[in-house]
Amino acid sequence: MKTKQTFSIRILFAALLVAGVAAGCSSVKLDSDVPVESRTATPAGSVGAGAAGGANAGGASQSRVTPVDLAAKDATGANGINQRVVYFDFDSYVVKDEYRPTVEAHAKALSADRKKHLAVEGHTDERGGREYNLALGQKRAEAVARSLTLVGATDAQIEAVSFGKERPAAQGSDEAAWAKNRRAELSYR
Amino acid sequence: MLIRRQFCSAAGLALLVPALPALAEFRVEISGVGATQLPIAVLKFRDEERSTPSLSLSAIVRADLERSGVFRNIDLPAVTTTAAALDENSQPAMPDWRGRAADALVAGSITRLADGRFDVRFKLWDVVKGAVLGGQSTAVDAADLRLAAHRIADFIYEKLTGEKGVFSTRIAYVTKGSNRFTLRVADADGEGGQVALNSPEPIISPAWSPDGKQLAYVSFETQKAVVYTQDASTGVRRAVANFKGSNSAPAWSPDGQTLAVTLSRENGSQLYLIARDGSNVRRLTQSNAIDTEPVFAPDGRGIYFVSDRGGGPQVYRTSATGGGSVERVTFGGNYNISPAISPDGRLMAYISRQGGAFRLHTLDLTGNAQPLAVTDTSDDEHPSFAPNGRLIIYASRLQGRDVLMTTTLDGKIKARLVSTTADVRAPAWGPYGR
Repeated sequence: MKTKQTFSIRILFAALLVAGVAAGCSSVKLDSDVPVESRTATPAGSVGAGAAGGANAGGASQSRVTPVDLAAKDATGANGINQRVVYFDFDSYVVKDEYRPTVEAHAKALSADRKKHLAVEGHTDERGGREYNLALGQKRAEAVARSLTLVGATDAQIEAVSFGKERPAAQGSDEAAWAKNRRAELSYR
Repeated sequence: MLIRRQFCSAAGLALLVPALPALAEFRVEISGVGATQLPIAVLKFRDEERSTPSLSLSAIVRADLERSGVFRNIDLPAVTTTAAALDENSQPAMPDWRGRAADALVAGSITRLADGRFDVRFKLWDVVKGAVLGGQSTAVDAADLRLAAHRIADFIYEKLTGEKGVFSTRIAYVTKGSNRFTLRVADADGEGGQVALNSPEPIISPAWSPDGKQLAYVSFETQKAVVYTQDASTGVRRAVANFKGSNSAPAWSPDGQTLAVTLSRENGSQLYLIARDGSNVRRLTQSNAIDTEPVFAPDGRGIYFVSDRGGGPQVYRTSATGGGSVERVTFGGNYNISPAISPDGRLMAYISRQGGAFRLHTLDLTGNAQPLAVTDTSDDEHPSFAPNGRLIIYASRLQGRDVLMTTTLDGKIKARLVSTTADVRAPAWGPYGR
């Protein structure tokens, strides 16, 4: 009994850990919000690896590449309030249908609590100018913000902002990295 | 004569490189050779090594002149053995220097004064005419030795070309270390950098106010893009555009009273004008597309900017008072961004994507000239004109690193600036005076 309970808590912790990383991805802010010790020193890390292994065989660890797991998790269809990253196709600013449950879950949370505020942060891949990419990321963020307001969130609850190409989730100059960087992140503030 | 000069130029190039490693922090890499460079001999100043062992004034002067593309330093190692004793009081034997194919000669001295300052003197000779063109004597603090060297280069440049030199001006740029972004202000050769802002979050798009006192830039320190201005000497800063959404791409009007910025406060990235204190916000463009990267024409009446209203991003021009017509400026290729306008308003530098390569181009704005590719690199960004319009500074990528480069307008003389361990980007060339 005790063992089972501990196990459940560990699973819960691992889920929170994954969700936390999802909210910020490689964001410096999140790194400073989440105590570093809990990511590196607790045994939950190894449980997390085991738990995430089902969704993404062999890819999870305590390291900063955790966002890679989220892309895989997303690909398996995991969706909803814990999904906080929306990925975009190349040169596209359209919120894909597969993210409808994500958008609806967040819109529901926002309409249930009008004091909640959500920042939608748009990002691009590394190609092209910084300012133009900032504007492209803004376009992605505004597309997600519009989807949220269409299903219940209010304008006042949402701020669409952009980091352009300045805060990549994945390093690298190949399509795999670019695909992970063309995204909008949802961050409650 | 032309053939001989080109030959000398190549020889000078080979000899320049081994001459410099004595100053590890100071490296100029010249690529390309101009055919019409003026050959000049800048001798080591008398007592230079004894007075200022940590930096070589004459090497700074030589590098400045070389980077301008207008001058070619003649073979100094061979010269200094016979000319070691020359200073500003010497009577150099002009036939000897003509024999070395020097058109101009500079010699001087550095003396440490009792109060700790340095007395820097030099003289410039026209070797062809055998006449003294001028000289100067100044006492400077140790901290201003580098500036003194740049001012000597400016003096030489102006005497021999009739145009003002830009070597004593300053540049701003951003470095990215491990999770740290730093806005720096440095000499125009990239050296002597000082930190203006340190941040754990990105900093982009620095722009100098026309008086050279303020920097406008975009900082993400509050987890969104906000436009700040900062007094370079006092560090006093102000968020001048911090509206809902993103605030970016600041550009100063020529009179320094107004900033053009890109705001998304009404959804979509659109151009706005704001007073330098952040008041009096006016929307400038009305489109359903992205409008960004505004830059004022030097006359203050027009604004060049980037818009994807026609599909891909292109440079357009409109009236700075708003409401006027919008005319397209770039046509070649489907991705043209980051316009910079020369001080005389006649030339535009910008980044054009050609076959996947982002390359610095120039376009003559006065006629129907074709765009000119100035580089053969593939990750150029953020061009900015020197205040005399003769050089362009830009960021590029070489051997996997972000670097700063200067180039002459024809692309023939390029120099790599700054040798730090950090990646450098987003250069902005400041105005005259400091």
